[in-house]
Amino acid sequence: MTAESAPLKKLDAEALSLDSVSLWQITRRRLLRRKSSILGIIILAVLILIALTAEWAAPYSPTLSMLDTKGYPKEYAKKRAEPCIHLLGCPADQPQHIMGLDGNIRDEFSRLLYGARLSLIIGFATVSFAIVVGTVLGALGGYFGGWVDNVIMRAMDVLLAFPSLLLAIAIVTVLGPGLINALIAIGIVSIPAYARVVRASVLSVREMDYVSATRALGGNTYEILFKRILPNALTPLIVQGTLGIASAILDAAALSFLGLGAQPPTPEWGSMLGAERNQVFTAPHLVFYPGFMIMITVLAFNLLGDGLRDALDPRLAHVS
Amino acid sequence: MTSYIFRRLVLSIPVLFGILFATFALARLIPGDPCRAMLGEKATKVVCDEFNHRHGLDKPVLVQFGVYINEIAHGDFGSSFRYSKPITALLMERLPITFELSLVSLLISILVGIPLGVIAAVRHNSWIDVLTMLWANMGVSMPVFWLGLMLAYFFSLTLKDTPFQLPPSGRLSAGVIPLPFFEVWGWNLTPDSFLFSFADFISRMNILNAVLSQDWEVLKDAAQHIFLPAIALGTIPMAIIARMTRSSMLEVLGQDYIRTARAKGLNRVKVVLKHAFRNALLPIATVTGLSLGGLLGGAVLTETVFNLSGVGRMMYDGITARDYGIVQGFTVVIAIFFVVLNLLVDFSYAYLDPRIRLD
Repeated sequence: MTAESAPLKKLDAEALSLDSVSLWQITRRRLLRRKSSILGIIILAVLILIALTAEWAAPYSPTLSMLDTKGYPKEYAKKRAEPCIHLLGCPADQPQHIMGLDGNIRDEFSRLLYGARLSLIIGFATVSFAIVVGTVLGALGGYFGGWVDNVIMRAMDVLLAFPSLLLAIAIVTVLGPGLINALIAIGIVSIPAYARVVRASVLSVREMDYVSATRALGGNTYEILFKRILPNALTPLIVQGTLGIASAILDAAALSFLGLGAQPPTPEWGSMLGAERNQVFTAPHLVFYPGFMIMITVLAFNLLGDGLRDALDPRLAHVS
Repeated sequence: MTSYIFRRLVLSIPVLFGILFATFALARLIPGDPCRAMLGEKATKVVCDEFNHRHGLDKPVLVQFGVYINEIAHGDFGSSFRYSKPITALLMERLPITFELSLVSLLISILVGIPLGVIAAVRHNSWIDVLTMLWANMGVSMPVFWLGLMLAYFFSLTLKDTPFQLPPSGRLSAGVIPLPFFEVWGWNLTPDSFLFSFADFISRMNILNAVLSQDWEVLKDAAQHIFLPAIALGTIPMAIIARMTRSSMLEVLGQDYIRTARAKGLNRVKVVLKHAFRNALLPIATVTGLSLGGLLGGAVLTETVFNLSGVGRMMYDGITARDYGIVQGFTVVIAIFFVVLNLLVDFSYAYLDPRIRLD
C-alpha cells in the first residue's frame, strides 16, 4: 500500500517480539511518531504549566481593576487601553500590559492566564461527569439487556435528537445561568456518546469465554462487569474522552459567550470575549486573544485525541 | 425500500414523543413563575390566577402535556408571552432567514471541503495535504463566534475602502428594500391562504427572492451580507467534510480496483473522480448529515454575532426574556427537523451505496 505500512510492519514485529511490550508502550510509540500528536502534547503541557503557575506568572490580579490596584499610576488606567510592550517601543515609565486592559480596566494577560486553569477544569470536569454517568448507563444497558437496555438507549436517542448546543442552552435556561449549571448541561448533553461506546464494548465481550469462566467460578455481577468487561471499554473511552474535552471546552465557551455560563468577573475566555464583543472594532485585541486561546486549547485536545485513536486502533493507522 | 422507510418512520415516533416530553418537562422546570416573569413582580394573585387560567397553567401537569401534544399535532406551538404572537407565526417569519444562512453555509462547506479533501488525498503528504489538514484541524477547533467577530473586523475595517470590504452585520444595507417575488410577478394572493404563507416564506429568503424577482441589485447586496456569517457558520462543517473526504479517499485509493483501473490506462482524473470518489462518498454523506445539527446550533451564535433576526437570535432573546414559549417551541421544531434530516441521511445511503440492503 502506501509508505505507512513499513513502520506499521515494524511495529507489529515489535509487538510480536520476545521482549514483552505492553499495549501502552506500543501506543506511546505510535503516538509519538505523529508530529501532530506531539504538537498537541506540547501545547497541552504549556497550558497545564500556565494553569498551575497562573498565580506567579500573572503580573496583576485577574479580577481587580487597575484603579483598585495599589501603587498603579492612575493616569494609565484607561478602559480598553491598547497593549503596551516595553520591548516593542512602549515608553518604559508606562506599566507594561502585553495584551492591554479590558473594559473594566483589568489586565487582559493576567485574566487570560487564569482562564487556562478554568478551561482545563471545565473540560475535565464535564467529561468526567459524562464518562461516569455514561459508563454506568451503558454498562447496565449492555449487560442486562431487555427493557433496561431499551429504556436507557431510547432516552439516549432523545438526547441525541437535539443539536447538542441547543439542548445545553435549553437545560441552562432551566437551571439558571452560571458556570456550574453550564457544566452540568454540557455534561448531560455528552452522556449518550459514552453510554453508546460502553454499551457496544459490553455487548461485544458479554458472551466471551472468560466472562463465562468468571461466572462459573462464582464471580458476582459487580466483579464481572467492572473487572472483566469494562476494562475492554477503556481504550475507546479514552479516545472519546479526549475528543470530548475539546468539544466540552468549545461548548462551555459558547454558553459563556451567550451569558449563560461563567459570569463576570470570572476570567473565563468565552465570557471575556462575550463581554467585549461589541468593542471588536475599537479594541480587537480583547476579542482576539481569548478566542485564540480557546482555539489553541481545543486544537491541542483534538490533535491528541486523533493521535490516540490512530495509535490505539492500528486498523485505522493508514487513514488520516 | 418502502418497508424500510416505513419502519424507520415508525421507530422515530418514540423519539419524537421523547423530544416533546423533554421540552415540555424542561419548560415546566424553569424556575420562576411565568406570570410574574411576564407581568412583573408586583402582579397580584387575582391577576396571576386569571393569567394562569388563560394559558392553561392551572390544570394538572399531565393534562397540560396532553393539551400540548394535541396542539402540536395541529401545528400550534403555543404562543410567545413576550411578543403575544403565535410561535408558528414567529417561526414562519424567522425560519427562512436561518434556512437561507444554513443552506449557504452548507453549500460553501461542501463546495470547498470536498475538493480540498480530494486534492489532499491525491497529493498525499504534499504541502497542500499538510496545509489542508492544518486548516481542517484549526477549523474544527475554532469558536464560531470568535471566527465571526474576526471576519467582521477583517472584512469591514482592515479591508475598508477596498473592493473586498463587506458589511459586518444585518441582512441588507439600509435603503435596500426587496419586493416579494410574488408581487413582482403580479400574483394576487389572499393573505392567510396557504399559497400566500408559502410564497411569503420563500420571499423572506433574500437571495432566492432576488433571483426569482430578477432584482440583481438586491441579490448583490444580500449576497454580500450573507457571505461573512455563512463563512463563519460553514467553517466547522467544511473542516469536518474535508477531513472525512481525505481519509475516505485515501482508503479507497489504496484498493486494488483503483490500481486495476490505472493499469488499464484510464486517465488519472477519471479514476479519481469516477472510480474512487463515488465509492468514498458514503462516509462523506454521513458527516455532512451529522454536521447539520451543528449548523443549527451554531446559528444561535452566528446570528447573535451578525445581528441576523433568524430563529437562533430569537431563541437567544427568548432565553434572556424567560419566554418559555419561544424556547420550547423552537427547540421542538429544531429537534423534529433534525430527526427528519437524520432519516433523510439514512435513506440517502441506499441511493449512494446499492450494496446496503435496507430490509
